[in-house]
Amino acid sequence: MSEQTVNKKKRRLIFRTVLLLVMLSLITFAVVSALQDEDVTVAEGSEAPNFSLKKFGSDETVELKDLRGKGVMINFWATYCEPCKEEMPYMEDLYPEYKEKGVEILAVNLDTTDIVVRQFMEEYQLTFPILQDKDGQVMNLYGIKPIPTTFFINPDGTVEEKVIGPLTLSKLEGHLQDIAPSS
Amino acid sequence: MSRITCECGHVNPEGTVLCEACGKPFEENQHLNDNKPEQLLNMRYDGSARRSQTYQRTFVDKVWNFFSSVKIGVSIIILLVVASAVGTIFPQEMYLPPGSDPTTHYEEQYGMLGQIYYQLGFHNLYSSWWYLLIIAMLGVSIVIASIDRFIPLYKTLRKQKPKRHVNFMKKQRIFGETINENIDYSKLRKNLRSKRYKLFEEDGHLLAEKNRFSRWGPYVNHIGLILVLLGSMLRFVPAMYMDEFLWIREGETKEIAGTEGKYYIENEDFILETYDANDENNSQFQESLQNQANPVPENYQTNAVIYKRTDLPIVPGKEPELEKVKDAEARVNHPIQLENGISLYQASYQLNEFQSMTFKLHDKGNEDTNYGEFTVDLTEPKDEYTLDDGTVVRLDRYYPEFELDDGVPTQVSKFPRNPAFIFEVQRPGEEPEVSFAGIGVNIDATGENDYKVGLVDFGVRDVTGLTVKRDYTLPFIAFGAAIFMIGVIQGMYWNHRRIWIQPKETGVWVAGHTNKNWFALKKDIDQTLEDTGIEPPVDQQEEKDKRERGKDDGISTD
Repeated sequence: MSEQTVNKKKRRLIFRTVLLLVMLSLITFAVVSALQDEDVTVAEGSEAPNFSLKKFGSDETVELKDLRGKGVMINFWATYCEPCKEEMPYMEDLYPEYKEKGVEILAVNLDTTDIVVRQFMEEYQLTFPILQDKDGQVMNLYGIKPIPTTFFINPDGTVEEKVIGPLTLSKLEGHLQDIAPSS
Repeated sequence: MSRITCECGHVNPEGTVLCEACGKPFEENQHLNDNKPEQLLNMRYDGSARRSQTYQRTFVDKVWNFFSSVKIGVSIIILLVVASAVGTIFPQEMYLPPGSDPTTHYEEQYGMLGQIYYQLGFHNLYSSWWYLLIIAMLGVSIVIASIDRFIPLYKTLRKQKPKRHVNFMKKQRIFGETINENIDYSKLRKNLRSKRYKLFEEDGHLLAEKNRFSRWGPYVNHIGLILVLLGSMLRFVPAMYMDEFLWIREGETKEIAGTEGKYYIENEDFILETYDANDENNSQFQESLQNQANPVPENYQTNAVIYKRTDLPIVPGKEPELEKVKDAEARVNHPIQLENGISLYQASYQLNEFQSMTFKLHDKGNEDTNYGEFTVDLTEPKDEYTLDDGTVVRLDRYYPEFELDDGVPTQVSKFPRNPAFIFEVQRPGEEPEVSFAGIGVNIDATGENDYKVGLVDFGVRDVTGLTVKRDYTLPFIAFGAAIFMIGVIQGMYWNHRRIWIQPKETGVWVAGHTNKNWFALKKDIDQTLEDTGIEPPVDQQEEKDKRERGKDDGISTD
């Protein structure tokens, strides 16, 4: 085989390899983009997006980034969601203890009518902060589909765990322990 | 594995079927184009060396050669067509009735087949990873197969010489031998030029060629296809493409999805107009309007106000400070345009959602009595309502959309679609009474009530549905489609025609080839040969067909 032929074949191999790699990366990009569920915007391990919501029944607002250094549990719920009702008493039970340990519970409510929420709070005698997300902006930001969905956020602001569906008392306690700042 | 040196002196790449220069068929490679000794030459890709046919040593070569195959390409297309067709048998997930659960819906509606359909992922076919993968493989096949054919063909047509091998000439479909020593070559050249053939000469041998560019049509067409595929891939880039949906109730102000909280929209009014058959301006529609039992919609419109958020940086959820940008109307096909390429299209609506309800208190047994009326605003009901006579009606419980679950009222959504209330009525100086009131229900909790809270009137409002769209990929896709069409036109409306003239001691040989439209080629040849002393050549294929037909009929033409 002449030197010319060898060089030609070498060049051809390089050309083929490069073109195949380019196409492979384009395909990977397309398939990965398609597989990515558009709504999974907040993944475990990533930073929890900041938000600011009004506390129910007051003019006070709560901004997530002000809670750096504390563990934060964000629970998305609504009064018309049956499973949400189950876990509310557990949250109420554990709230005073974990507040002492530096964990804040924020229950983001997705109802639109104040009176419905107030009647619910009175019925269940809830004392932890209920935040109002009437337009569902924070819900969209966190890509919430089914409720209840709960995020457990580390003191450094990263998402420790995302739980879809209701929590039992022991599970809830376990997650709260995970995000409690070490004293 | 080596290059082939032809007797004409030209060195050909391995795998060449017909010498690039003189067209001599190389014995050892004739199988590559399925050529049989007794038959005419198969002229596909002009007998050039397609790499895929010749060697595959490395893994890269094997992958390359797999995608280079036309058979594989066609198989991929068939696979794609079949999958796409199957995807239309049952509705796609996004077209299921609202609220239905795809995990059970398919089985309930379509039985076993539906369940299989769902399990195999056909319910979300057109964005599934494996469907995308088939399209991607088609793209790869198009690119590789085109490169593998275009380059050798291009080189061969560039290297071709007017002087052709005897076997090449004889085995062309159009071929003729003339015995005549007085041939008018200058007349022939003039005739060919007048038909816009380009002439190439070598030792008196003549090649007349025209419209070679039409051979590139399929490859241009494929470039267009690839551009369309790339353009649609751009839809995965959020900055290029966005498609969101908004429901806004009249009077509501909402963040416009996809603008990262920068823009807000207020729905002032949703309008649904129908054609008025009595209107003079509609006289041309009168007959068709009368044939319709229901009113025919003329216009769907949202009157809106666009706002821009001014408190920066934007913190989601925070009460926004808004600055009015403009009043705007969205009608079907006439979207509201925002500053950053975003358009809001009128897409859907719901009429008459409850907004307020008016009740009156009357004696249980007598609806004509009236102790006073009160109106409940369904978005923000009050805790209690005081009537003119001092009666206090307390709202114990409000269900925006209620259902009876085992006789217990439960709330199923936050939207006031089927509102119900538990009222506690306290008339001055009397015991309080509890009653449950809703649409079509009015339950006396104890059965001993003296009074009844009856619905007398309600107020409604409309909800508008807008799609929020940004699409910068369309110009790109349109460009690809234009290239695609240019390729089709290039390959369809022109034909690559070649005529070879070979002077012999006692006369002349003529051969001709075209990639399509042989009739026109024959006409071209017949006209250029007029008055030159050359006899028109014959169509060897047609002759052969005729002979074979003759044999079948038992007629011998000899």
